Amino acid sequence: MTDTAVDEAFVQFDRVQKSYDGEILVVKDLNLSMPKGEFLTMLGPSGSGKTTCLMMLAGFETATHGEILLDGQPINNIPPHKRGIGMVFQNYALFPHMTVAENLAFPLEVRKMGKSERDQKVKRALDMVQMGDFGGRRPAQLSGGQQQRIALARALVFEPELVLMDEPLGALDKQLREHMQFEITRLAHDLGITTVYVTHDQTEALTMSDRVAVFEDGRIQQLAPPDELYEEPANSFVAQFIGENNTLLGEIVEVGTDSCVVKLDSGELIDALPVNVSNVGDRTKVSIRPERVEFNKDRLNPNAHTIKAEVKEFIYMGDIFRFRLSVAGNDDFIVKTRNAPDAVKLTPGETIEIGWLPQDCRALDA
Amino acid sequence: MSDTAQDGPMLAADGTTLKQSLARSLRREKMRALLLIAPLLIFIFLSFVVPIVSMLFRSIENSILQDTLPETVVALENWDDQSGELPDEEVYAAFVRDMLVAVDAKTHTRLGTRLNYEETGMSSMFRRSGRQISRLDPVEDAPFKDKLIDIHDGWGDVNTWAVIKTHAVPYTNGYFLNAVDMQRTPEGAQAQPESKQILVKLFGRTLYMSLVITGFCILLGYPIAFLLANLPMRSANLLMILVLLPFWTSLLVRTSAWKVMLQQQGVINDTLVWLGLVDDAARLIIINNQIGTIVAMTHILLPFMILPMYSVMQTIPPTYVRAAKSLGATNWTAFWRVYFPQSIPGIGAGSILVFILAIGYYITPEIVGGTQGVFISNRIAYHISSSLNWGLAAALGTILLGAVLILYWAYDRIVGIDNVKLGG
Ligand SMILES: Nc1ncnc2c1ncn2[C@@H]1O[C@H](COP(=O)(O)OP(=O)(O)O)[C@@H](O)[C@H]1O
Ligand SMILES: [Mg+2]
Repeated sequence: MTDTAVDEAFVQFDRVQKSYDGEILVVKDLNLSMPKGEFLTMLGPSGSGKTTCLMMLAGFETATHGEILLDGQPINNIPPHKRGIGMVFQNYALFPHMTVAENLAFPLEVRKMGKSERDQKVKRALDMVQMGDFGGRRPAQLSGGQQQRIALARALVFEPELVLMDEPLGALDKQLREHMQFEITRLAHDLGITTVYVTHDQTEALTMSDRVAVFEDGRIQQLAPPDELYEEPANSFVAQFIGENNTLLGEIVEVGTDSCVVKLDSGELIDALPVNVSNVGDRTKVSIRPERVEFNKDRLNPNAHTIKAEVKEFIYMGDIFRFRLSVAGNDDFIVKTRNAPDAVKLTPGETIEIGWLPQDCRALDA
Repeated sequence: MSDTAQDGPMLAADGTTLKQSLARSLRREKMRALLLIAPLLIFIFLSFVVPIVSMLFRSIENSILQDTLPETVVALENWDDQSGELPDEEVYAAFVRDMLVAVDAKTHTRLGTRLNYEETGMSSMFRRSGRQISRLDPVEDAPFKDKLIDIHDGWGDVNTWAVIKTHAVPYTNGYFLNAVDMQRTPEGAQAQPESKQILVKLFGRTLYMSLVITGFCILLGYPIAFLLANLPMRSANLLMILVLLPFWTSLLVRTSAWKVMLQQQGVINDTLVWLGLVDDAARLIIINNQIGTIVAMTHILLPFMILPMYSVMQTIPPTYVRAAKSLGATNWTAFWRVYFPQSIPGIGAGSILVFILAIGYYITPEIVGGTQGVFISNRIAYHISSSLNWGLAAALGTILLGAVLILYWAYDRIVGIDNVKLGG
């Protein structure tokens, strides 16, 4: 019991590397450990190596270096069909020549389960995704959303402890996607399954997951719960990638443990929270979330740092108002406000004073 | 006003009905499309439709008797071929008059050849008698009955006249009967004598060997198509070139190469003897028989099996097999239950292609088939170029065409032609 984190890990990547061609590392030094029952999302731009990680876990690709452990056992030498991992593919991969019920029965059949037990489980799985009446249909006769449910049911019907999903909602329209996000999280939590979910959609990642691993260029940039990821991005890539973000470029002139002073390129000095900057003279990207910027003079916190801004554009979005400002040389500085009766409406061309709290202003690597 | 407009047909701007003006504008488009494909249509018509129709026609056409012996045919109508007696003088006189015209026009030998298909000896009988009949006078030398029998005793044989009478119809089923080892006789359709029955056997052999060849092509082609569809791009391209290589070599050269390989002093036998697997005295006979035909044709037709299979397999995403494995299927189960069923349309397309090509194959069986390994098409070629019995050749060809169409229909009923894909 010296290292509880490792003992409890259900899925563990230990210094895993992967190269397809022997020249480029697609996955670089991946370390990840997941406890049982966790819903973990791999989020990252296309080509960042998410699918590759999933395929290594499922056994369709082998790691070039490092070890993958499942429940403490190294699985590098276990063939895919013996890993007992449920998988949902992006295009569902429902077998077109089998009916829905036959698709669901397939994993049970190959496990040599008796017919009556099989039928019972298939029925239960279909009911679970509210598709009880569709057992006799062919996949081609179902809509995208229905196929998605069947694919989910098929991955769960043999009661795997670990389920992998590779952009399972990518092909659905927005409304259906939101509905399915909810369904998938509900099922995963109800059944207590450990889930590795891959997506490039940050909203999906934030709303569904217990923890999110942000991938870029074959590396995990940050691994954290959604709120931490959004509010405390560890570097400028994560800050840019997750949510909307305003960036101001500058140079560190003073640095302490929980505050630093940044000299912006426009000449102004601002206070910020040092996140991954350490030396005076370093270039930095200062990140501020739009909703943390206040431009209503009456609500401005006395501790807030203020700065002049010129209104460039007003964007009406119904529930919120968005304004594009020019701040310290950045013409794409966004602020937002709720469409409330007392909301301040800015007019383009106007010069105003905006402000934010120093702890909301994070000095990140450039 | 508005009522009438709604009740009646919709009108276009110029007052004609919408249907009419739509039809007019579509017609123009259709005409243009037709013009574009006109050269192809004309070519297909001249090189495909016309020959086939003329072949179908030749297999029943039989006007030569009535054209060459018009009076004899009329005179023979009053003669009973079952009576066992020779026809009257009237028939002989008519025959001499007909022959005088025919000998002048030199058409009597062609008639002889035609009748020789039905009764051997007719050809020389007509040729020899023709010369002597031409010296007779149609009026002064009467009566002719005995004179003709003097010229050639065949004219004194009831059977000669019975054959002429039996075949004196403008359209005959005789060629088709011959094609299935039967013949047209005065007593109706009857089986050919045992010694002349070879065609039905040949049809059977053609079908059977084509099936065997198709089967071998499936067995050999499937793994290659699978590799082509699943190897990395570069190796797949190389393999594809190897598959297509035979297309760049003349068919004749490939077939002759098999002769070199398979003959008793050939490469395969030499190797086997050298390895000590076969005794020098007992070299394998693997050419000029069915084995030779099957080996060479399987090799030659293999690309036609591989290509459709490949193009179907290419459209099967690898995720299906992965999904099957993730669901717990072994490699074999994943292949057999998930991959294979989806590749069946490719097997279907390849099989139809290979089978239909095989059933009408000619050059290869001719070169490596010997007597035991020839196909019906070799017989057709023989009748076209050697025996010149085009009617029989046409009947055989028609039956072959019919057989292919029937098999195609049966295939459609059993497998469904929608299940045949050439990719996409
Ligand atoms: N089978 C493969 N062979 C070679 N390169 C591959 C293969 N699969 C993926 N790659 C490369 O690996 C990188 C990561 O791909 P992938 O894991 O699919 O990323 P993601 O799923 O995050 O979009 C990409 O640059 C891609 O081109
Ligand atoms: Mg991917």
